Amino acid sequence: MTLSMRLAPYRGVLRARWRETLQYRLAALAGFGTQCYWGLLRLMILAAFYQSGPADATDFSFAHAVPYVWLGQALLSLFPFRLDGELADGVRTGSVAGELLRPIDLYSYWFWRMTAWRLAQAAPRCLLMLVVAVGVLPLVGLDEWALTAPASVGAGALYLAATALALLLGVAVTAVLISMMFWTVSSEGAMYVLPAIVWFGGGLVTPLPLLPDGLAAVLGYLPFAGLMDIPFRIYVGHLAGAEALAHLALQVGWLAVLVVLGRVLLARGLRRVVILGG
Amino acid sequence: MSEPLIDVAGLTKRFRVSAGDSGTPRGGRTLRSLVARRKVVTALDEVSFRIESGELVGYIGPNGAGKSTTVKILSGILVPDAGRCVVAGRVPWRERVAHVAEIGVVFGQRSQLWWDLPVIESFDLLRDIFRLQPAAYRATRDELVELLAIEPLLAVPVRQLSLGQRMRCELAAALLHRPRLLFLDEPTIGLDAVAKLAVRDIIRRLQGSGVTTILTTHDLDDVEALCPRVLVIGAGSILFDGSVGDLRAGVDRERILTVDLEHEVGSFSTSTATVVSAAGRRVVLRYDPARIPTPRIIEEVARDNDVRDLYIEPQPIDELVARLYRDLKLEEE
Repeated sequence: MTLSMRLAPYRGVLRARWRETLQYRLAALAGFGTQCYWGLLRLMILAAFYQSGPADATDFSFAHAVPYVWLGQALLSLFPFRLDGELADGVRTGSVAGELLRPIDLYSYWFWRMTAWRLAQAAPRCLLMLVVAVGVLPLVGLDEWALTAPASVGAGALYLAATALALLLGVAVTAVLISMMFWTVSSEGAMYVLPAIVWFGGGLVTPLPLLPDGLAAVLGYLPFAGLMDIPFRIYVGHLAGAEALAHLALQVGWLAVLVVLGRVLLARGLRRVVILGG
Repeated sequence: MSEPLIDVAGLTKRFRVSAGDSGTPRGGRTLRSLVARRKVVTALDEVSFRIESGELVGYIGPNGAGKSTTVKILSGILVPDAGRCVVAGRVPWRERVAHVAEIGVVFGQRSQLWWDLPVIESFDLLRDIFRLQPAAYRATRDELVELLAIEPLLAVPVRQLSLGQRMRCELAAALLHRPRLLFLDEPTIGLDAVAKLAVRDIIRRLQGSGVTTILTTHDLDDVEALCPRVLVIGAGSILFDGSVGDLRAGVDRERILTVDLEHEVGSFSTSTATVVSAAGRRVVLRYDPARIPTPRIIEEVARDNDVRDLYIEPQPIDELVARLYRDLKLEEE
C-alpha cells in the first residue's frame, strides 16, 4: 500500500471536519465580535500600565505588546480551552468502541479531526481580525494600536513554524484530556480548570515577559507557553536567533511528550473498553 | 467441504459489574458502602453456532440476553474469556484492523453519517477510511445509490433527512467497502410502516447479492419476513437455532380464531376454546388444534351464533417468543 493510501483516512477526516466546522458562520461572527472587544480591553489595560511608568524595568515594550495581543485574539480558537464534544461523549459513554469498527489508528484519527476543527474555527475569525487590526484601526487614528508586520522576514517564517507547532501542541493537550475521561467519567472538572491554566500559562492574561522573573521562567518551560507566548514573541522579535530556535525545540519536545502520553492513555482506556465492555 | 464464515464454539464472557447500593437509606451510608461491591454476571455461557457464507440470520433475545455481547465479540471490539471464534478465517480481536475492513455495521439508534454534512461527503470519508480505490469505490457507490434509490438525497445534509431516508443512506454507508459480513442492529426501529417495508425489501435484495447478514432485533415481524434461520439467545445461552416455522412448532401449537358476529356479543361461552376477548361484535378465541379439530370448533361457533365472518391465525410471533423467554425463566428457578 502506498503511503498516500495509508494516510487517506486522516486526510479525509481533516477535510470533512474542516468543511463541517466552517458551516457555523454565526458562531464565527459572534466569536469575532467578542474577540475584538477583549483585544481592545487588553490593549487599554496595557496602555495604562506602560503610561504609569514601571515598564522601564522590562525589555518588552508597548510596541511588542500590541501584536502580541492582536495575534492572541485572532488565533484564540487554536487555544485548547474547549474539547471536541462528540469525542468526549464517545469516551464518556463507551460508544468510542464503535470507532474500533474502522480499520484506522484511532489516535491519529482523533488528532487530525481536532486539528481541522481548531483550524476551521480559527480561520474565519483570524481573517476578520486581521482586517480590523491591520486596516481599520489606523483609519480611525489608532495607529499605535494597529497590528504591525513581523520584526523581520526571518521572524515571520519562524513565527509560522511556531504557530503550526502551537496548533498541534494544543490538539495534543486536548487528546490527553479526552483520554483521561475513560477514568474520570465527566469532563466538567477539567473544563473548569483548563481555561484558567491555559489562558494564564499561555500569556493570554498577561504577556509572560511582564510577569515576575521567577514565575515567567517557570511558565516559560511549561507546554502552555508553546501554545501562544512563544510564537508571538518570535513575531515581535522579542525572541530571535538561537533563542528562538531553542524555543521551537521546546515546543517540539512537549509535542512529543504529549503525543506519547495521549497514545498511552488512549490505548489503556480502549483496553478497558475492549476487555470490560462499553 | 467449505469452512463456515462464522464458527463460534464454547464462547464465554463474564463481566464484573458494580452491585450497587440501591435500597440503602440515605442516612444509613456506612464506610463499607463506599467500597464498590462487585458481582460477576455471565453474559455468554458457552455459546456455539456456525453461519455459512451468504446466510441471513435473525438473532433475537430479550434485553440483557447477550445479543450485543455476541455482536461485539464477532466484530472484534470485545475480547471473550473463553471459547473459539473464527470469522472468515480470522480471530476478530487479534487481527482487528484486517477484520473490520471486511465487516459492515448498521445501528438503528446511532448514525455513522456526519450530521451536518451532505450524505455524499460522509460516503467520501468512508472511502478514505477504508482506503478504497477511487474507481472501485465509485462503482460500488453508484450501484448502491441505485439499489437504495438515494440519488436525490446525496446532496442533502443528514440532519434534514427523515429517519427512513437516513436508514437507507446508513445501509449504503455500511456497504461501500463491500463487506463479507453485515451486522444490522434494529434497522427498522422507529420507522413508519412504509419505510419499514422499504428497508425490509432492501435487506432482502442485498441478501441476493451474497453478503452474509446477522440481524439483531426486537421486531419479530422483521425476522419472520426476512430470516430463513433464527437464533434465540436467553440468559447467555442459545435456546433455539432453526427456522421460524420450527420455532412455532416447538414452542406452541395454539391458534387464534377471530369471529365477527352479526350482533353485539351478549354472553359468549364455549366449552372447547379459551375466550381471549369478547367485545362489540368481535370474539377472539384460542384453541389447540391437536385437542379440538378446527372444523369442530367452527361448527360449534357457527351453530350457536349468527356469524358474519371468521378467520384463523397462528399465534403472533411476539407472543411465541415472550412465552419462550418465560419458559426459560421458569426452568432457571
